[in-house]
Amino acid sequence: MADEKKVKGWKGVMDGGLVDPGTSEVYNTGSWRTYRPVWHEDRCIHCLQCWAFCPDMSIKAENEKFAGFDYYHCKGCGICAKICPVKGEKAITMVLESEAAAEEKKKQGGES
Amino acid sequence: MTTAVANEKKVVAHEVMGLTGNDAAAHALRQVNPDVAAVFPITPQTELMHKFSEFVANGQVETLLVNVESEHSAMSATVGASAAGARAITATSANGLALMWEIVAIASSLRLPIVMPVVNRAISGPLNIHCDHSDSMGCRDLGWIQLYSENSQEAYDNIIMAFRIGENPKVKLPVMVCLDGFILSHTMERVEIIADNKVVNDFTGEYKAEKGLLNPADPVTYGPLDLTDWLFEHKRQEVEGMKNAFGVVGEVSAEYGKLTGRSYDYVEKYMLDDAEVAVVALGSTAGTAKATVDELRAEGVKAGMLKIRMFRPFPGKLICDALAGCKAVSVMDRAFSFGLEGGPVFNEIRGAAYGAGLQVPMVSHIYGIGGRDINTEMIRGVFGQLKEIAGAGKVDGDIERYVGLRDY
Repeated sequence: MADEKKVKGWKGVMDGGLVDPGTSEVYNTGSWRTYRPVWHEDRCIHCLQCWAFCPDMSIKAENEKFAGFDYYHCKGCGICAKICPVKGEKAITMVLESEAAAEEKKKQGGES
Repeated sequence: MTTAVANEKKVVAHEVMGLTGNDAAAHALRQVNPDVAAVFPITPQTELMHKFSEFVANGQVETLLVNVESEHSAMSATVGASAAGARAITATSANGLALMWEIVAIASSLRLPIVMPVVNRAISGPLNIHCDHSDSMGCRDLGWIQLYSENSQEAYDNIIMAFRIGENPKVKLPVMVCLDGFILSHTMERVEIIADNKVVNDFTGEYKAEKGLLNPADPVTYGPLDLTDWLFEHKRQEVEGMKNAFGVVGEVSAEYGKLTGRSYDYVEKYMLDDAEVAVVALGSTAGTAKATVDELRAEGVKAGMLKIRMFRPFPGKLICDALAGCKAVSVMDRAFSFGLEGGPVFNEIRGAAYGAGLQVPMVSHIYGIGGRDINTEMIRGVFGQLKEIAGAGKVDGDIERYVGLRDY
């Protein structure tokens, strides 16, 4: 997502710090995350309570089914994991971002 | 009592009225008919908005008058109204201005062309309700245009012009119209007001905000978080607005002069062309200084006076040009700048003089603090000191001097 374009100067933006609406969409709040929500498909009952409770609209849903996380905006608050009603091991668990990244790397390495 | 004036010099018809400075300001606001006024009383401004609220109650204006619980709220409501796209006003004095300080800076940062008469009064403490300039001088770096009025007529005229100046798309900055508390605000004077409100409305025009929050066709966010990556740029834009204001004040004043026969410049030179000794003043003291100059001229002293009407943006070059022929100059400040030698106006002029290569010996006379009287006799004393300085060709002794202080 890195923008290689030159950042605008004072002549190129609206006076007084005014901004167009909807700009939070392009702001990467995913970088704030310490814990990452991880989905376990085998345990998910697709109740979509996580989708309803997510304060950042970072749960994707398609055809009334869970369809992944929006990691660009997810701040890792853990509400989705907390609200998940599945008994025993939940369908969403929170994993340390550093561990999740290492896991991902290992998986990619193993597959190739 | 009003009398119609038939004066060929005036382009538009005027009415002569006996008005206090506060009333004159209220009449200007009545004729402009702003959309929103957020008001809170404070001496000596109280009567200004009191009078204006009568106009609201009588249905003479269409303004929505909001009674708020503090000056902080008054400026907040004014900012909100202005951001919504309304022509918004408030008025205050001294500690009221101090209380709204935080929002005063936000108004200019968000580039909202609010107009606010400031009825100058000493900032407490110890508690004082009388005139000095410590209130408006205290916020000279907050990004507001500042116009100072010598009399009630000027207060009336400056307020009408202020809307056109601040709302200019190249400027988009709030304007403070300063008038001296009690000396002007509570003293009845002969004031000529424009007879037909329509003339005023045509002059100010309808305010169309570039970006109003109540325009769903062009949504915008006002006041987002502005951190290390952007605040510098937005402040630089404010500088540009101030720079542009310089020309716009001149254009608007020239147009107003053609309309009313009353012309105003950034500064006013009085008997200055051949003057050897001169004082610089702003506000009502400019009038007292003119009377003193008249007395001294009758006695053969080459005395002059420079009045600063526009203090922000600061017309440093014009001031230095005007004073170039003098042999000694006193800058009269109605405010201290503690820890700095000389008052705020003095230091700005001396700073400008360095850039302009002006070598005239200059002293700072601080006077009128907390409403202490200033009269022609006292200003004659200032001129007496200037005569000595002119003779010596340099300033001996203190740079910061006091007029009317029990200095013992």
